[in-house]
Amino acid sequence: MTGNEAMAEAAIKSGCVFYAGYPITPQNEIPAYMARRMKEEGRVFIQAESELAAINMVFGASASGARAMASSSSPGISLKQEGISYLSGCQLPALIINVQRAGPGLGNITSSQSDYFQATRGGGHGDYFNITLCPWSVDEAVELVMLGFDLADYYRNPIIILADAIIGQMMEPVSFPLKSGFNKKLSSKDWALTGAKGRAPNSIQSLFLKEGVLYEHNEMLRKKWEKIRDSEQRYALDKAEGAQILIVAYGSQARITVEAIDLLRKKGVKAGLFRPITAWPYPYQALKEAAKGLKRVLVVEQSLGQMVEDVKLALSDKEVHFLGKAGGGIPSVLEIIETVNNLSFIS
Amino acid sequence: MKKFIRPQSLKDVDTHYCSGCGHGILHRLVAEAIDELGVREKTVGIAPVGCAVVAYDYWNFDVSEAAHGRALAVATGIKRCLPDNIVFTYQGDGDLASIGAAETLHAANRGENLTCVFVNNACYGMTGGQMAPTTLIGQKTTTTPLGRNPKFGEGWPLKISEILALLNGVCFAARTSLTSPKNVRETYSCVKKAFSNQIEKKGFSIVEVLSPCPTIWQKTPVEAMKWIDEEMVKEFPLGVIKG
Repeated sequence: MTGNEAMAEAAIKSGCVFYAGYPITPQNEIPAYMARRMKEEGRVFIQAESELAAINMVFGASASGARAMASSSSPGISLKQEGISYLSGCQLPALIINVQRAGPGLGNITSSQSDYFQATRGGGHGDYFNITLCPWSVDEAVELVMLGFDLADYYRNPIIILADAIIGQMMEPVSFPLKSGFNKKLSSKDWALTGAKGRAPNSIQSLFLKEGVLYEHNEMLRKKWEKIRDSEQRYALDKAEGAQILIVAYGSQARITVEAIDLLRKKGVKAGLFRPITAWPYPYQALKEAAKGLKRVLVVEQSLGQMVEDVKLALSDKEVHFLGKAGGGIPSVLEIIETVNNLSFIS
Repeated sequence: MKKFIRPQSLKDVDTHYCSGCGHGILHRLVAEAIDELGVREKTVGIAPVGCAVVAYDYWNFDVSEAAHGRALAVATGIKRCLPDNIVFTYQGDGDLASIGAAETLHAANRGENLTCVFVNNACYGMTGGQMAPTTLIGQKTTTTPLGRNPKFGEGWPLKISEILALLNGVCFAARTSLTSPKNVRETYSCVKKAFSNQIEKKGFSIVEVLSPCPTIWQKTPVEAMKWIDEEMVKEFPLGVIKG
């Protein structure tokens, strides 16, 4: 299965009953898959008239208590920012898949990791954070979609699956677990708009006009995001113990990086990988520990330098080197090896 | 004899609307129709962006906000997940006919089984009186200080209900006003029809209501009603357009 199809099937297996999408490459396999499978399951698929309409349909579906999902690629995700800000302000759970392509502007359909800032720093107006999950394989994309729906419901927060064109288009064997790895208990959605039968009316709102009420709302959101930051950081290590050089990469770029690490080790350079799985909340502490005793780390990204800023925040006392390309450029195994070899000469 | 009492679908709260504003009357008509059809406990309303943004403070049923222009997309999401509930939007002219024109056209064209109450007051009220798509030719607003003039590239009043009536997905389109007891009764009957169409799963219904905004129009409430009767209806004729 391709990553796109696998993420779509994972959503169905997670009980997603509503999907709205708009055509954009390289994620078109998701709406095509959903159009077929959601119908088979008696659930809702809508090809929306626009990205804006799609995300706002998801807003409505979520407000009714349903598990809902949207997917798009970079330019389309930019258009969805209005809706994502409202989802956040209204505390509505939703899953949004971004199969990133290269920008800025229309860019092109090649793989990119240039929407990291947008995903991890809110992206739309107002103070808010999206839980941002970054799969590095088709299998992990399935896991993270399933986890994402649970996280969304538990925290009443939008989730971004920050995939890229390589993950979306890549075909790999995949297994679908019966449950997500999330082990906290989900409560019933007593806030949902289902009709005020036998209860006071519910309202979904992010507008608070009375003095001080919006401030209190933001303080409540701050506490929620602090809780997420403290309990939902995820990351993976590969050969990081005892490494002389630590390379930080995520998503498809981490896949390329492990190949470079294996070749470097064959040549006697002890390289290791730190791979954030949650880009927000970023695993700062874990990175600090992984890099303990090291003088320098290398960050590799399909961007002009976005995640590298989080690495610098975590490792203010270390040299943070960067290898990155945007516009469809993908740092290659050879380029990574060459960069590491050059760094070794410095010491 | 029928007693004049507060509908169950309206909360017992003070109004924040200006004197002579049409929202108070129309909120009540929507509430009365919902009570009359016995669907209060399964109704979900979508509040607009504009003066009626706090509609959930007045209506005694579930209400969601929506971003400016997106009410019908939000309503689509809710209704598709809860097809047996009654879902409606309450939108102004800027919301429905300008920033939300695409959402309006396509929800209607999909034949979403929804009710749309469209408040046409020929201006943006909440933001201080800018030109709306429905602003009349010659009407002065903060953004058409010389009066709306197609020769300045400001276009013509947009007749969205007539446009929607052309679509197969639309089962009912009507334009009414609030300027007299007769017109209020006619509005009530169209609003009720737009909700019963949804109960009967007939498709998309829209009721456009010409509604006074004395504050922005800089008129007394009585003059504002007169302006609708004498000027607005020339551009926006009353009556059932379809259905």
